[in-house]
Amino acid sequence: MFSRHGLMLALIILLTAVSIWVAMPGDRWDINGFRADHPARQGLDLQGGLQVLLEARPPAGVKVDKDTLSGTRDTIERRVNALGVAEPLVQTRGNNLIVVELPGIDDPDAAIAVLQQTALLEIIDTNGQPLPEGTLVRTTLGDPSSTNATPEAAGATPVPVETPPPDAPVFQTIISGSDLSNAYPTSDGQTGQLVVGFELSGDARGKFYDYTSTHIGQPMSIVIDKRVISSPQINAAISGQGVITGVPANQVKDLALQLKSGALSVPLEVVSSETVGPSLGQDSIDKSLIAGAIGLASVALFMVLYYRIPGVLSVIALLIYTAITFALYKLIPITLTLPGIAGFILSIGMAVDANVLIFARLKEELRTGKTVAQAIEAGFDHAWPSIRDSNISTMITCIILYWFGQFTGATIITGFALTLFIGVAVSLFSAITVTRTFLRLLVDAGFVRSSWWLGLGRDEAAFLAQQRAMGAD
Amino acid sequence: MDHLAGKRHLWFALSAVLLLPGIFSLIVHGLNFGVDFTGGTLWQVQFEQGVGTEQIVQALSANGRPEATVQQVGAADEHRYQIRMKELRAGSEEKTQLTNAVNGIAPLNPGGERLDTVGSVVASSLRTRSILAVGAAAIGILLYIAWAFRNTQRPMLYGICAIVAMLHDAIFVLGVFSLLGWFFGVEIDALFITAVLTVIGFSVHDTIVVFDRIRENLHADVGHSFEDVVNYSIAQTLVRSLNTSLTVILTLAALFLFGGSTTREFVLALLIGVVIGTYSSIFNASQLLVAWENGEIQRFFGRFTRRAPSASPDTA
Repeated sequence: MFSRHGLMLALIILLTAVSIWVAMPGDRWDINGFRADHPARQGLDLQGGLQVLLEARPPAGVKVDKDTLSGTRDTIERRVNALGVAEPLVQTRGNNLIVVELPGIDDPDAAIAVLQQTALLEIIDTNGQPLPEGTLVRTTLGDPSSTNATPEAAGATPVPVETPPPDAPVFQTIISGSDLSNAYPTSDGQTGQLVVGFELSGDARGKFYDYTSTHIGQPMSIVIDKRVISSPQINAAISGQGVITGVPANQVKDLALQLKSGALSVPLEVVSSETVGPSLGQDSIDKSLIAGAIGLASVALFMVLYYRIPGVLSVIALLIYTAITFALYKLIPITLTLPGIAGFILSIGMAVDANVLIFARLKEELRTGKTVAQAIEAGFDHAWPSIRDSNISTMITCIILYWFGQFTGATIITGFALTLFIGVAVSLFSAITVTRTFLRLLVDAGFVRSSWWLGLGRDEAAFLAQQRAMGAD
Repeated sequence: MDHLAGKRHLWFALSAVLLLPGIFSLIVHGLNFGVDFTGGTLWQVQFEQGVGTEQIVQALSANGRPEATVQQVGAADEHRYQIRMKELRAGSEEKTQLTNAVNGIAPLNPGGERLDTVGSVVASSLRTRSILAVGAAAIGILLYIAWAFRNTQRPMLYGICAIVAMLHDAIFVLGVFSLLGWFFGVEIDALFITAVLTVIGFSVHDTIVVFDRIRENLHADVGHSFEDVVNYSIAQTLVRSLNTSLTVILTLAALFLFGGSTTREFVLALLIGVVIGTYSSIFNASQLLVAWENGEIQRFFGRFTRRAPSASPDTA
């Protein structure tokens, strides 16, 4: 028996050690940069930053669907990456909303201006040289500051986030986004390969035919915001519609989306925004840490005074719980927000609840005349259905909260739901497996002789011991 | 604690007394919705030194924002002010202009700024989603309880009683915040809805523990009356309910007192909800089960439904 509990204890110690290692700040004892790759993520309200909800407001007659929206999202994502923000978040919501979160940004106003620009799509003549993806180029369609390349996006002057070096060669723009009327993934009639199909509108047909017919066999580049995203080769003269072959199958859909949203150049309106200064965030972190420490200490004090030995064990279980939870926050990863911290602190209370249930049961079982060892097993077994049912109902609430938070576009609410959910799940492990193993080991080792240690009154404990002694005779 | 279930009419009356002021306030005054629900802007600024709220109002008014209201928040030596106005776009020219105007009163601390702008479309969709979320939570929990108690005679009854107790708690919290809004201008935001949903979860969590005991005791002692079984079960779980709530209240109280102003109202809503949730799981949810089993609820509502048809034969 002892060896089985001993093995469990070894596992708990190992898990705790690993969790503490993952959760600890700084880079001491880091292995292969693992901890550096899993930093603690802080939400806007903790480190400051910007969250914007952008709504696509297409010109009259143009419809925005999920596909164009995800194309626009990709464009924004590229711009955001160029801004050099750590851990940005760009997500679509529904059919016409995009959420952007830029934690720790210094100048939110400038960032919003960058986000709101309409994507500028061009196909350029590369003078025969194949340009690698990601190259920044200068084109004849304007110096960023002077030209308004997409007339239908009234008022929005496209400005690239980064400008290429001024001595870079200027490439000829053949057609721009407004000349494209459609783009879609399709399959090549002969080879069956996945390709990107596209259609041109009006004047552009002639222009594009003239160019492609004279440059067969040469590469051209598709450029968004002056950055090359693809450089296909011209295989034949194209007028009304054509296909781009040779794109890796897993990138076909993305490229089609890029072209399509570039063709639409949907203006984006800021419908909601939240900016938080960095010093406000630091203040919140300090206060939450103090509150968490005081909360944990007062719960620990109460548990030890009221439940004695089991109380001490549950406090140790609570500390292990804290270590595992923080390790999970880093591994999953969970972005910590103020309500998220509140969710965590609330889950401390709920984690203790399982122990309260068990210990209350334990006392009852002792009063029925069971030995300490029997009472521990019966206490855990009988308390389990209540613990399971009550925790599942909390988890249901968390799932609904998460869903609710998704629609509001606020990571604040989803953060709370996630931390509470993880807290409840981990507490099931810490309060049951960890506390149970500790209690069994103590009993096996002969430490808990009197049931007084398990929270019974002195007289009651003496009486029960006497009863059992008589029964044994 | 001698016979809690026997005094159930007293507890129902007490609940009515607890709920009435809040319901009255909800009807007369309603809820004080914040920008999350109405649309608009909350702008928090921090000065390097103390200024008067009227100075800020004047500066904003002179720049085309006569609707702005200003309130000092946080500790006095933090010099933080909260401005409430119609939509002000982050990154707009007007924003720069207003920042300059406010900065003209006294130098601002740029790191201490916070700007929340919510568009009216987003605000109205939040209202619908909030109602949907509370409804979905209620149905999800109802179904789970009905499933968990499928081996009892009336599984749905347990679910319905838990939901009634849960609504009791939700209405109480809404009522208190309606009163707080009425007298102290406390506002309801998206976080508040989160708090209400959490209270719902906690309330049911607490109720289930009592119900679970009832289920177990029903299987064990067949001889007792249902009322006795419920009473015995409440007595058995009472200490646990109080201890659990105490630990949660301890952590929430720490957050309320030391956790900073951003989450204070959120934590207050949770705190009120946990207290009322503990009360309702002991004094309402299980008592409702007894009242139903004894046919009291059916008689109570029967008085209304029976009166109408019984009147017609007399007159005919």
